[in-house]
Amino acid sequence: MGDSLNPALLGRIGTRSAAQTELVTRRDIRKYAIATRQRLPKYLAGDEAPPLFHVALFWPVLPVEQLAPDGVAIDTMFPPVENRRPMAGGLKIDYHRPIRPGDVLTATRTLANIHEKQGSSGTLVFIEVLMQVVNAAGEPVLTETTTRIMR
Amino acid sequence: MSASPRIKDVQIGDALRSRELHIGTVELFLYNAALWNAHRIHFDHPYATQVEGHAGLVIAGPLLGDYLTQVAVEWMGDTGQLLSVEYSNRRVAYIGEILQAVGKVSAVDRDQGEVSVELAILNQAGEVTTPGSALIRLSRG
Repeated sequence: MGDSLNPALLGRIGTRSAAQTELVTRRDIRKYAIATRQRLPKYLAGDEAPPLFHVALFWPVLPVEQLAPDGVAIDTMFPPVENRRPMAGGLKIDYHRPIRPGDVLTATRTLANIHEKQGSSGTLVFIEVLMQVVNAAGEPVLTETTTRIMR
Repeated sequence: MSASPRIKDVQIGDALRSRELHIGTVELFLYNAALWNAHRIHFDHPYATQVEGHAGLVIAGPLLGDYLTQVAVEWMGDTGQLLSVEYSNRRVAYIGEILQAVGKVSAVDRDQGEVSVELAILNQAGEVTTPGSALIRLSRG
């Protein structure tokens, strides 16, 4: 374990966000489909959501005063790491069910893991946040893992 | 309607249909509005260049992730099923750059009916800005 990964930081693993519940509307799917220049009619008509629509559906809606000066909604699920800055990030999404208008979806996020890896220019810290999305019947819709790399 | 490839015809190395991307400020605005994302590097040119030192307005990372995913979804057709997708944003892309979304088959599991595809967004210098991959299930018909 390197010096970045102190017990206070590691103790945050397992932290869960409050559940966020959102209604899927045809209008929101259509806006998303047009902005991303989808070409399949089912997306443009809003009959089904494109695979990354949940990024928009669960984006935080905060008062302007709570945004950082650069306009960003600060993501409190990712803890700051002393002397390190975010470098890159990635997403992995596993799909279980399509998303359609009228669906009521609930997302819960968990700080799943914090670990170090040896990079070519020193150690890198990897922080993983898991988002589980379920429908109103509690059935899984998708699972997304976001990784933030800090150096 | 779009036809799905048949698993028995799919070979490792097969190219997916690529797409040239000319992302403009209007669609970048619409995208961030659809998200409710106010990050100024996407719409405030003086801020992006003078405060954050960018070469121009930054194309949103998840928007590139979406274009990457579209290459896979358009290839798999109506009966294909997207099981998973992953990508990472490695290099910034700016408004005005002409990008390419590309993909190719990297593995085929005929027993399971599953195909892995490698995906990427390339900039005009041929550099990968956004590498990714997807796992697709094709019907065995």
